[in-house]
Amino acid sequence: METEKLKVGAEHGKFEELDPKAKKYLRGDGANLEALLDKKLKGQLSVKEKLFGQSAKAAAMTEKWLMPTEHGYLEAEGLEKTWRIKQETILQEVDIISSRQPFDMVLKDLGPYKVEYTLSGRYMLVGGRKGHLALIDLITMNLIKEFQVRETLRDVVFLHNEQFFAVAQKKYPYIYNGHGTEIHCLKEHGAPLRLQFLDKHFLLVSINKLGQLHYQDVTTGEIVANYRTGLGRTDVMRVNPYNSIISLGHVGGKVTMWKPTASKPLVTMLCHHGPVTAIAFHRSGHLMATAGVDRKIKLWDIRKFQALRTYSGHAQSLDFSQKGLLAMSNGSQVQIWRDSGENHYYRRYMSHSMAKGYQVGKVCFRPYEDVLGIGHSMGITSILVPGSGEPNFDSWVANPYETKQQRREKEVHSLLDKLQPETIMLDPTKIGTVKPLRKKERPNRAEAEAELDAVVEKAKSITFKNKTKGRSKPSKKAKKKEEAVLKAKRTLGEHLQAEERPFKKLKPDGADLPKSLQRFAKKKAS
Amino acid sequence: MKVKVISRSTDEFTRERSQDLQKVFRNYDPNIRSQERAVEYTRALKAAKLEKIFARPFIGAMDGHIDAVSCMAKNPNHLNGIFSGSVDGDIRLWSLTSRKTVCHFPGHQGNVRGLSVSTDGETLVSCGTDSTVRLWTVPDYRNKSAGESAGNAVAPIAVYVWKHAFWDVDHQWGQNIFATVGAQVDIWDHDRSEPVNTFKWGNDTFISVRFNPGEPDLFATTSSDRSIILYDLRMSSPARKLIMKTRCNSLSWNPMEPMNFTAANEDTNCYSYDARKMDEPKCVHADHVSAVMDIDYSPTGREFVTGSYDRTVRIFNYNGDHSKEIYHTKRMQRVFCVKYTCDGSYVISGSDDTNLRLWKAKASEQLGILLPRERRKQEYLDAVKDRYKHLPEVRRIVRHRHLPKPIYKAANLRRTMIGAERKKDQRRRAHSAPGSMPVQPFRKRRIIKEEE
Repeated sequence: METEKLKVGAEHGKFEELDPKAKKYLRGDGANLEALLDKKLKGQLSVKEKLFGQSAKAAAMTEKWLMPTEHGYLEAEGLEKTWRIKQETILQEVDIISSRQPFDMVLKDLGPYKVEYTLSGRYMLVGGRKGHLALIDLITMNLIKEFQVRETLRDVVFLHNEQFFAVAQKKYPYIYNGHGTEIHCLKEHGAPLRLQFLDKHFLLVSINKLGQLHYQDVTTGEIVANYRTGLGRTDVMRVNPYNSIISLGHVGGKVTMWKPTASKPLVTMLCHHGPVTAIAFHRSGHLMATAGVDRKIKLWDIRKFQALRTYSGHAQSLDFSQKGLLAMSNGSQVQIWRDSGENHYYRRYMSHSMAKGYQVGKVCFRPYEDVLGIGHSMGITSILVPGSGEPNFDSWVANPYETKQQRREKEVHSLLDKLQPETIMLDPTKIGTVKPLRKKERPNRAEAEAELDAVVEKAKSITFKNKTKGRSKPSKKAKKKEEAVLKAKRTLGEHLQAEERPFKKLKPDGADLPKSLQRFAKKKAS
Repeated sequence: MKVKVISRSTDEFTRERSQDLQKVFRNYDPNIRSQERAVEYTRALKAAKLEKIFARPFIGAMDGHIDAVSCMAKNPNHLNGIFSGSVDGDIRLWSLTSRKTVCHFPGHQGNVRGLSVSTDGETLVSCGTDSTVRLWTVPDYRNKSAGESAGNAVAPIAVYVWKHAFWDVDHQWGQNIFATVGAQVDIWDHDRSEPVNTFKWGNDTFISVRFNPGEPDLFATTSSDRSIILYDLRMSSPARKLIMKTRCNSLSWNPMEPMNFTAANEDTNCYSYDARKMDEPKCVHADHVSAVMDIDYSPTGREFVTGSYDRTVRIFNYNGDHSKEIYHTKRMQRVFCVKYTCDGSYVISGSDDTNLRLWKAKASEQLGILLPRERRKQEYLDAVKDRYKHLPEVRRIVRHRHLPKPIYKAANLRRTMIGAERKKDQRRRAHSAPGSMPVQPFRKRRIIKEEE
């Protein structure tokens, strides 16, 4: 037994020693084997843990061969500041292929524009407010299709690949294919303000003018869910890529999080005093950025639902890059912030100002490239942001150089792996785990009785001092004893009740709630 | 200022010529794959469903006998070939690949009760109710095709007539000795016309005999006085006797753990014993609804197959108390003999309806050669299925087996009966003096006594 303990301890030690590169492949900490009583299970698990450690090490080892591309960077030298470096200066320094990435398209008439990239970052979809749609291949810089829908266009979103995209138009959302042919008109959704697509679940999500949230399965056409938010009209909607939860920002300053299988929001957070203007999620799923009209930009830890940082400033649009850079736009200014070390302390990294009078509508990082797409009132722009994109892609996850054959195969496989709406939950790692045991079992009847007996016995055995003037009469003594027993019983009863319902007592004052949620706690009736 | 941005030239990431393979790039970072758990669970569920869809274990029937098949023997030296003996005295050799008769061994006058092949695969021993033991040379059927030799008959190299009808025969591993059972246990040499040794314990008929695959001198018999007897050839008398409440029809030694054997009992259960410690079985394998007629271990020793009077064939894990597979067809009648093939991938059953049936040992396994990609995919799916097998949806699909109506009803009835018995026992215990009715586990209850 002793030796086994030591061995397990040693293995734990090994995990600690793993370099940070390998640690990321471990997907969290190992099981706590010390606490296990079942020897057989302990043995099996320790073998498994060992395997996990080995595979993480192997993955880290093979990185240098499998992942040839290095990530980008921008470093200041001397008195320079990275945010003072202009795009033109960067362009002079970088190689010729990268210098072709940024462009500026002036499209005066049909703006302001929305920009959207596919998951692989190869294709860009551009939608002008007045009905102009264009699908662009960014590697060959070909215009694949350009057409006009001739009505108000509020949002564009790609479906599972570049062959299909959904467009939020004046009255309904529509689905078009790559040739610009209208495939579907989704009348159930009403007049949509914002669209999102959950690629693993094949769900198209829309929020309409009446504040209704619709989830539609694009493979079967079935409306999976339809909920009233009841919090008014909003066009701030973002999907959390970590768990596919939809977040809505409302005019009252609340942010609500929704899943298709619950008619009430999972979480309601009061984030701002005043309307929320933008939400963005970090890829890791722990970090949310919100911006409000109250001139605040906040970073939230959405595991604890606590504000980590609050910055002052306006932002019409926010976006996190794959490497965790945060882009925000305000008027004609675009700023990019970067996490300066640990603790999510974001600081200015780059800034870019458009020509005066341009109103930036949407900023959007291009996946797997160091590029930021900007849709504004006078067209679209893309700029270089070194260090924003993931340098190495996985051919089986998102491949920018996908052939037709590969695309078709991937479509079939992703359809086979389509997740059911039930798998959307706040903590996606919960699937397949067991419910933890209740920590403290309620005392059973025999135990409660024994405790009561003990208390009564103790109360009875109290001896009283002899007092004068008839106060120590036997009758008085008996009465005193009776009172003591009653008192002991009463206190025990209260004690037990308090243990039984800890929540009811604690909830009203909201002391256990995180600070941001305390204001929602019910006030005590006074 | 130092600056670097990601720049990929298309040439580096695409193939040069259309004949080349597509380039593949991997990044195992968990961050670029979100919701891995959900995806794996979905794949496990899908794999479980597909497994059910592809579970088609029946390969084909081998017909040719004109009466019930009573016994079978596999050739330890040759994969493609199985011997079967019939109640009318017919012995046939079958080719499993073509599922046709390769040759006949005519001669027995009555029921052929036992067949066994020597370890070198050269000699076939048969015995029957006509009180004869016959030795045959196994023909070299590797060069023969099944069609031309349908009428091919082989003559015995020796016929030994003895005093009583035989019930079973088994060949020793590695030497020229075999044992027959009937009214007594006889040990024979290939070259002698009379038994070299005889064992007897009690007056009842012996039913089956099996030599231990690890210790060549050790063998076990079951007899109709409900006993299992262990023998050692080096001793003059039987070694140990275990009497159960019902008789065992057959037994089989575990080839990988040769101290363990499993006995197929008349009371629908199989009992796995450790031959060194016979006071209680290591495991009781329950699921059949009628007497278990025959049992055979897989060469891996991890599972065994049983055939039962309830017209089903079941496959059990060597330590599983319930079966993991049930095979049945509408036309298959009471199963008298079952065998695992020597490569562990097929199961053969012989039944009352004169047919031998060939089944896959793993119901949904893909036959034929798998490409490496297919194999890896299969391994991956098996792994995720194993990881999520505890979740209710996956478990429900993996566990489900369709049962024929009579079996389903009989199983329900048995469950009710066992429940009623247990309840009665509980009540009786509740109303008797504490300690007067000691609790005895089911495993021990089925044993009457053990004799040395």
